Amino acid sequence: MTVKRSAPPVALALSLALALGGCGGEADSAVDQVAGRAGEKPAYGDTFIEAMTGNISGLIPNVLTDSASFDVGSMIYSGLVTRDRDLNIVGELAESWKFSKDCLDLTFNLRKNVRWHDGRPFTAADVVFTYETMINPKTPTAYREDFKAVEAVREVDPHTLHIRYKQPYAKALQSWGTWMLPKHVLEPYVREGRLREAPQNRSNPVGTGAYRFGEWKPGEKVVLVANADYFEGRPYLSRVVYRIIPSQATIFLELKAKGVDSAGLTALQFKRQTEYPAFRKAYSKYQYPANAYTYLGFNHKDPRFADRRVRQAIAHAISKHELIDGVLLGLGREATGPYKPGTWAYTSKVKTYPHGMAKARELLAAAGWTEKNADGLLVNKQGHPFAFELLTNQGNDERKKVAEIVQATLKELGIQVDIRVIEWASFLKEYIKKRRFEAIILGWGIGLDPDQYEIWHSSKTGPDELNHISYANPEVDALLEQGRKSCVQEERKAYYHRLQEILAEDQPIIFLYFRDALPVVSSRVRGVVPGPNGLRYNFNEWYVPKHLQRYTSG
Amino acid sequence: MFLYALRRLLLAIPLLIGITFISFLVIHLAPGTPGEIQTGDLSIQSDKEIQKLLIELYDLDKPLHVQYGKWLTRIVRLDFGKSFSPDARPVLQKIGERLPVTLLLNIVEMLIIVVLAVPIGVGSATRQYSMFDKVTTVFVFVGFATPDFWLALLLMILFGVQLGWLPISGLRSLNWEYLSFWQQQWDFAGHLLLPILVATFGGLAGFSRYMRQSMLEVVRQDYIQSARAKGLPERVVIGKHALRNAMLPIVTVLGLSLPGLIGGSIIVESIFAIPGMGQLMVQAVFERDYPVIMGNLVIVSTLTLVANLLADVTYSFVDPRIRVGARRGRR
Repeated sequence: MTVKRSAPPVALALSLALALGGCGGEADSAVDQVAGRAGEKPAYGDTFIEAMTGNISGLIPNVLTDSASFDVGSMIYSGLVTRDRDLNIVGELAESWKFSKDCLDLTFNLRKNVRWHDGRPFTAADVVFTYETMINPKTPTAYREDFKAVEAVREVDPHTLHIRYKQPYAKALQSWGTWMLPKHVLEPYVREGRLREAPQNRSNPVGTGAYRFGEWKPGEKVVLVANADYFEGRPYLSRVVYRIIPSQATIFLELKAKGVDSAGLTALQFKRQTEYPAFRKAYSKYQYPANAYTYLGFNHKDPRFADRRVRQAIAHAISKHELIDGVLLGLGREATGPYKPGTWAYTSKVKTYPHGMAKARELLAAAGWTEKNADGLLVNKQGHPFAFELLTNQGNDERKKVAEIVQATLKELGIQVDIRVIEWASFLKEYIKKRRFEAIILGWGIGLDPDQYEIWHSSKTGPDELNHISYANPEVDALLEQGRKSCVQEERKAYYHRLQEILAEDQPIIFLYFRDALPVVSSRVRGVVPGPNGLRYNFNEWYVPKHLQRYTSG
Repeated sequence: MFLYALRRLLLAIPLLIGITFISFLVIHLAPGTPGEIQTGDLSIQSDKEIQKLLIELYDLDKPLHVQYGKWLTRIVRLDFGKSFSPDARPVLQKIGERLPVTLLLNIVEMLIIVVLAVPIGVGSATRQYSMFDKVTTVFVFVGFATPDFWLALLLMILFGVQLGWLPISGLRSLNWEYLSFWQQQWDFAGHLLLPILVATFGGLAGFSRYMRQSMLEVVRQDYIQSARAKGLPERVVIGKHALRNAMLPIVTVLGLSLPGLIGGSIIVESIFAIPGMGQLMVQAVFERDYPVIMGNLVIVSTLTLVANLLADVTYSFVDPRIRVGARRGRR
């Protein structure tokens, strides 16, 4: 889970999300479906060209944090488990697994025909090695947390693995989706704490994934080639080229000139600049909610916002529909809580706040805000007007627009909002971490697991911790604790549904919207089936029919 | 002369130390450390342990003056250190792979600018307030006022998208490896054409105005009068007597633009996706990759100082008055 600023100039950590998430069930009518067409046979060959705005920072994603390196790393390496179209956990390097009743013992049966890119067989020893790498205090990895709950990992035989947990850990299974590293290649570097300096981090990484490393020209491109020995069969697309193009405007022009095969569009590009016939013919457009929502957050240390009625009044005043239309040209979905519609943890059966100024005024009056001063602002008993500063980060136009709409809306209620836009690094350091804010517009990127202990639990309000709004509710605390201790999805579902009911009632923050991810993919590529897990989960099944292949010399 | 150059060179050392110290101070004052940025701002995973590990790894827990001292002792041995970026590559290697393309781009740009700016400047000075002068004045000022990125995007839309004559971005086509040698050169030149055009258009204005100004001053001098009075043809008067003298200030300006050859243009490089020095520097700043930032700064500021010195020394070669003056002064 990460705080998100959009269009980051450089690395921005994502949680161990495997791909963009989405909700295919509710796919919009403006969106294409390009599954295989009748009479077309899957064919090997062609090159898929993708644009990245940032340079990758290395080739061993376990010790990196930028999303570009994850995208490339996920093609080269594989985990024991992965997520399918509907975000269910399925085996990748693991054939099957079994939890004990008390959720403390996990046994994996590994696939037997897997080979590393250098030809050596993949065995349980490599998994043990990856685990030891991740918990080694000398390894500069940001994902150690996932493995702290592990008590012991034991190799039963080369293809069976037994893991014992100290206490039940809900994310246990998901955490084994981490990229497996080759023991025979990397062991000396891990022992010396120099994994980042290993030559495999710069060239010739050894993985088990569908693609092998081709070349990396820093700042220019990364080339991957199909792994003919891939354990699920050679992928159809022969080469994948990631071109590094820092400017979004340039990527869009390259897309128009067919210089890249896939890119994400902005709402404006999606709606207004790509509807002409030539573009529609060359590309298929997709639309599904992204894995992140935007919110209006309050500092609960502020007595005005500590009163739930004030927060509810603001929720009634803000029209989410108007926000989505105004800011995203309608390309987004209203949020009612911190989970994405269509995922198993989400429930729609929560209290909603229909747009209505009368109701908002009523709630404010109940909270004691009845008097107005000469400027038309609400005043409290001491005569202080209701005015606050709304902070957001620079470089995100969307959030600035949201702030402006909130400002105009609350003015109608007699609340004065002053907007301040602050550079990202100092925004985090000086305002968010030090809790020096009254209200903020910000976003949360959501992980694939519904555990949000770090964000809502009252023990996580310290400096540098993520409950920066200082929200505290004992019932929420209890639900979060129970939810992260169970490995049974049905049990967890009940906890998280109740959690959403409370959050909807409490409105600790106002959940505004999930923006839509708006990718396009060259229409010559077949087999693209968007789902809750986005587009890329079945990349190995994408193909270009022989007569449509564009790059044949490679 | 030699002594003068040596003295200037020695004086440059404390200046360089001053520059690096202030730069060092300023970049460390910027909020956010490499560790914080690498572990992803506010993230569940960004636990304290890894940040501490990185801080120790990079010596960031030491007081600033100690860090600077360490850096300085390394740099005098020409050890630029390793990048803080997770690939941990040597700084010099990182700069080395970016430098050639930036140099090529900027040298070609500089040559074109000089080749075009000198005749434009001379032409508009000798025919002051003529139609030619007015047209070129408008033209170069339009160039001066046009934002790089805007012009770049317009040219990309025209030549890349609409006409399809030129590649939009990057340095090489994807099938580069499969082309013959001459096709490769042709492909490479095609990729560089638009970036050079954009950069040249913007840089032309300044230079041609300097040239015009300098020429205007020279043609009013008495010796030009007497050259004309001698009955020399106008071609010789302007081409030989005036131009030579008018070039003097240009030498200084040229010298001062030397460090810019290395710096690289951030805007042009980002828009055209050219992996040059400008992009490297921007990324380093965003990642708080101190060794790369400092390495870059040392090289650029050293070059600035050297270029300054070089300009002064060349000046004395080009302008006999200075040499004579120096000799007389010594006597």
